[in-house]
Amino acid sequence: MEKQVILDDQHVQLTMNRLAYQLIENHSDFSSTVLIGLQPRGIHVLERLKTILEEITKHSVTCGQLDITFYRDDFRRREKPLIPSATNIDFSIENKKVVLIDDVLYTGRTIRSGLDALLAFGRPTCVELLVLIDRRFQRDLPIQADYIGKAVDTLNSERVSVEWKESEGADKVMLFTPELNGTVKR
Amino acid sequence: MEQLSVEHLTGIRDLTRQDIELIFKTADSFKEVINRPIKKVPSLRDITIANLFFENSTRTRLSFELAEKRLSADVVNFSASSSSVKKGETLIDTVNNILSMKVDMVVMRHPNPGAALFLSQRTNTRVINAGDGTHEHPTQGLLDAFSIRERLGSVEGKKVAIIGDILHSRVALSNIYTLQKLGAEVMVCGPTTLIPKYIDQLGVKVEHNLQRALEWCDVANMLRIQLERQDIQYFPTLREYSMQFGLTKEILDNLDKEIVVMHPGPINRGVEITSDVADSKQSIILQQVENGVAVRMAVIYLLAGKIGR
Repeated sequence: MEKQVILDDQHVQLTMNRLAYQLIENHSDFSSTVLIGLQPRGIHVLERLKTILEEITKHSVTCGQLDITFYRDDFRRREKPLIPSATNIDFSIENKKVVLIDDVLYTGRTIRSGLDALLAFGRPTCVELLVLIDRRFQRDLPIQADYIGKAVDTLNSERVSVEWKESEGADKVMLFTPELNGTVKR
Repeated sequence: MEQLSVEHLTGIRDLTRQDIELIFKTADSFKEVINRPIKKVPSLRDITIANLFFENSTRTRLSFELAEKRLSADVVNFSASSSSVKKGETLIDTVNNILSMKVDMVVMRHPNPGAALFLSQRTNTRVINAGDGTHEHPTQGLLDAFSIRERLGSVEGKKVAIIGDILHSRVALSNIYTLQKLGAEVMVCGPTTLIPKYIDQLGVKVEHNLQRALEWCDVANMLRIQLERQDIQYFPTLREYSMQFGLTKEILDNLDKEIVVMHPGPINRGVEITSDVADSKQSIILQQVENGVAVRMAVIYLLAGKIGR
């Protein structure tokens, strides 16, 4: 497995700051906007953004965590049943602008499930999507992000992994490429 | 360990502690789901479940049906009183006929102990035991332990007294297995005639005095006297039973600690438990019913995940 760092510690911070300012451009004081992170890995992006946003705007930002396990379309197509994480949305999203947040946008299927799951909490005015990494040209569904940290071109066989200071010890985004048989590592 | 070790839920005896903890963890999520404005998730859209009730039930049947519907499964109901069982059809034939209509899972209550196991070995379906005679009632055992965990934080190290008609109770056996696997201490209490011989071999304490049992325990699970299963007289009169083993507010208030009171239902108010106890703050009877739906959703979800396409 060949490993390549796409974003390091410093870049993650820069990118998160930019995403925060982009959100502020469109949502100003966040009075009618809620941020919802997708479990499990979107939560880290959400927490980080929330801190930055509250620092800049001096307003508190309403945040929720959404688990999409029960809405997935691959239940029973996998070896093992999917085990859910916690959903934590203690407010109504009725007539709110919702920003869905995840770490990596790949096939778009997670976001599709997320949109479904979101409807159980009310009818939002609009829903936007923010992702840290967009794996371009890999979509199975017609879903695109409104805010993108970094777009990367990847193959299906490659894997993108986002690590966080809180859970893995350092902020970084990595691309793993499997080595082809017979080729010598450069 | 992120899946169940069993293919069917015929009894708690077959489950491991990890299985029970996995069911609880999943049930936590479903409990959150059933408190949403829209209490339904689409996970089991392509699953059909048959509820076969060869014995009467209100709570369990309703609870299972709600659990199935909130998972978006298709549900068919069957009760023995209005079926061909009356015409002499065997259990296997009845079930195979239902299965040939493409049913993926069967929830069954049956008056004969072992009926669920029998079915799971002889038919090609997933079976959930919703009570088999006086043997086990696994989902009740799970939801009781889940309710204790919710109220007291954990089950480990807690002392639970099961009081009443232990001899005819499937709830008692499933409770004993569940609680012991989770590390709780269990005591059974009741008149000598209603305590099965050799039950101490399961590692439970046996007590015949209600007061002593209550002083010992953190949780009292009061069971109903199952008159319909009692072919002979096990105690002189209900009134005498009630005087010896009925839980009253007075007894409860005179204890030097606050214990949790549970009841699997249906309650015979004034027999095993008085109305003011059943409706008191210490009672978690209605929470048990609410948790029943979440726990059953978890069991169905986890077993359905093992059905191949």
